[in-house]
Amino acid sequence: MDALMLSRIQFGLTTAFHILFPTLTIGLAVFLVIVELLWLRSGDEMYYRMYRFWVKVFAVHFAVGVVSGITLEFEFGTNFARFSQAVANIFAPLLAYEGMTAFFLEAGFLGIMLFGWNRVPRIVHFLSTCLVAAGATLSAFWIVAANAWMQTPAGYSLSDGTLQIKSFSEAIFNPAMPTHLAHMLAASFETTAFALAGISAYFLLKGKYTSFYRRTLGLALLMAVVLAPLQIFLGDQKGREVAEHQPAKLAAMEAHWETNRTGGAPFLAFAIPDMKAEKNRMELAIPHGLSLLITHTWNGKVTGLKEFPAWDRPYVPVLFWSFRIMAGIGFLFLGVMLWAGWLWRKRRLFESRAFLKALVVVQPLGFLATELGWVTTEMGRQPWMAYGLIRTSEGVSPIPAGNVVWSLLLFLAFFGLVGASYAYYLRKILRRGPDLESPVPSVQLRSGMQPLQQSDRGTSQ
Amino acid sequence: MNLVHLWFGLVGLVVILYVVLDGFSLGVGMLFPTGVDETERDVMMGSIAPVWDANQTWIVFGGGALFAAFPMIYTVLFSALYIPLLTFVFGLIFRGVAFEFRANSSRKTSWNRAFFWGCLVATFAQGLTLGAYLGGIRVTNGYFSGGALDWLSPFPIMVGCALIAGYILLGSTYLVIKTSGAVQERAFVYAKRSGWTVAGFMVLVSIWTPVHQPFLTVRWMSAPRIYFVWIFPLLAVAGFCLLFTSLRKKREICPFFASVLIFLSAYLGLQSAIFPNAILPDVTISQAASQPQTQLFTLWGVIFVIPVVLAYTIYSYWVFRGKVQPADGYH
Repeated sequence: MDALMLSRIQFGLTTAFHILFPTLTIGLAVFLVIVELLWLRSGDEMYYRMYRFWVKVFAVHFAVGVVSGITLEFEFGTNFARFSQAVANIFAPLLAYEGMTAFFLEAGFLGIMLFGWNRVPRIVHFLSTCLVAAGATLSAFWIVAANAWMQTPAGYSLSDGTLQIKSFSEAIFNPAMPTHLAHMLAASFETTAFALAGISAYFLLKGKYTSFYRRTLGLALLMAVVLAPLQIFLGDQKGREVAEHQPAKLAAMEAHWETNRTGGAPFLAFAIPDMKAEKNRMELAIPHGLSLLITHTWNGKVTGLKEFPAWDRPYVPVLFWSFRIMAGIGFLFLGVMLWAGWLWRKRRLFESRAFLKALVVVQPLGFLATELGWVTTEMGRQPWMAYGLIRTSEGVSPIPAGNVVWSLLLFLAFFGLVGASYAYYLRKILRRGPDLESPVPSVQLRSGMQPLQQSDRGTSQ
Repeated sequence: MNLVHLWFGLVGLVVILYVVLDGFSLGVGMLFPTGVDETERDVMMGSIAPVWDANQTWIVFGGGALFAAFPMIYTVLFSALYIPLLTFVFGLIFRGVAFEFRANSSRKTSWNRAFFWGCLVATFAQGLTLGAYLGGIRVTNGYFSGGALDWLSPFPIMVGCALIAGYILLGSTYLVIKTSGAVQERAFVYAKRSGWTVAGFMVLVSIWTPVHQPFLTVRWMSAPRIYFVWIFPLLAVAGFCLLFTSLRKKREICPFFASVLIFLSAYLGLQSAIFPNAILPDVTISQAASQPQTQLFTLWGVIFVIPVVLAYTIYSYWVFRGKVQPADGYH
């Protein structure tokens, strides 16, 4: 293998590892803002306990996110120097702004959020939580803008073979950016909601810390019930944007070979795409489905893959299936929330063991869907690094393959070790359970606050 | 003075801020094994726990700013120094996760080691990077054109060792401020020892650099530099005098700032020699610069955002002022 292929594998693996962490950090930060706000408003000590418990999960998660994220910023230069130099005028300021406006905010106030309980008034602590959440969201804004620019480059001009900036607002708010950002933020919130719901359901099934986890589950389901349908709507918007600006990607996602000149394009529920033969085997088609999805009309035209030369097509089988599994998870989540709504009407939301078990089972699927979404968008961009401007093969650094073999092996070993340790300590924090006993720090106590009710303590209910 | 020069200064400012701030964090990490028990190590880690992440962010921003303002330095340096820079990242990975993993583990030995080795490796790799950068990088048509191991030579290795001593000096003088009792007593001793080691390395670097890169000597010794470069060794001497007298008098705050002064003198001395080069020996900062609009757009951010960042960074240090309190842990 050459430096290019190895660099792509390394960047793909390090990104896939990294994205697991911000996905939950963004959602959990907002969850913590809500919990702290509820505590300040109601004075109900349970919310304080919830904050102190989930912030431990947040801190471990955040740490791994930070160290794996630094890797990516370095890899633009170490592995994709030619790409980086070609697009620097437009692309690099977005990374610089991410550092200035997002990372400093997160890192600066995380210290107060974790260690400041005895040192700052509660309003300052609450503001710190808000600023950490704002930092996490802003970071998503800049990095998604940069990635969306690679999908649909805008705001540039070409002179003497170099890319020059024409308009930063056009470059940042490029065509793919709004749907990209909305889809990713919603994915973070939805994944977090289902992760929290799954953990809570697990402990409710075990009968541990019942009142604590009921409260968490209730909040998580409230988040999920808004996000599950919203995400499907946003996904639809994203799909239509891709059809307009990256038609080859969309055609590959749908394994749609021939443009439908007469009649509607079918949606394939199942197929085994064959790149060489330029057709699919074992198709299970829903007539007019694709036209309806993309154009919202019965017979709308959807561009087929054969309109593009073979060397400009992304790898169809992976795209077809990663997209389907991701979208399937989205609909599964919607189904779970419909079930939740029905149980809620029957006032059996926390009693139905089948429902709690289902929540435990679907818990990791949000992470899977996020990963597959990124696989779809990034592999669908191929063979381009900046769509239509720079091919991936033109972007790699002038380095020997041996360098990348060395770093790839170390990344595998170290991320494996860090990932395994992370899982171990996360499990440990969860098993140890929330602390329902320690006194609230004196700076944080509100006068007249009631001590915890006996029924809220303890593990056996 | 133009935009390119301004950016050269700004990138330099970000780098020195990183060196001082993360330097003391990494230094505390390298002193970590000197703690005799977990309580002492808790105190040492607690002295940097609330601030290390913000300190490290300066290099993340520095990388972004370098990429935006001088893309050629970023891309050439990162491909040429692939191995030292990713080694630096590997060090940072273990340093970064050690805080939370150690706090949650019941047997702390392995994360103590990971923390120490992470800091040591990250520091040494930074020194290698600096040494290799000073040694010059082969560039053809704006891209790196050398070999994978060009950086592997005695000079960068010496700079790596010098940086280890330097960061231990920053770390120990920082511990003098933040701790008391036995930990502080030992920090005084290590500050003195590392101070002398750093002095030795600075003499060595001052002799070796001109031999290694003769044209830097020519630059230092000719107008206009000859009119002001003598300030930097003088600053260093002043820094060392201040360091050793304040250590002898058991002052708590002064030694740290004396160490910062020593770092500044070395840093400014090198910067003054490199300017107006971006990459030695023959790429200038104007050649390496990005488009003026790009530099300007990013500059607006620096003008409006960085003062705010500095303000809340200072606020955060003020919140956590004074000696480390064991009660500040949250686990």
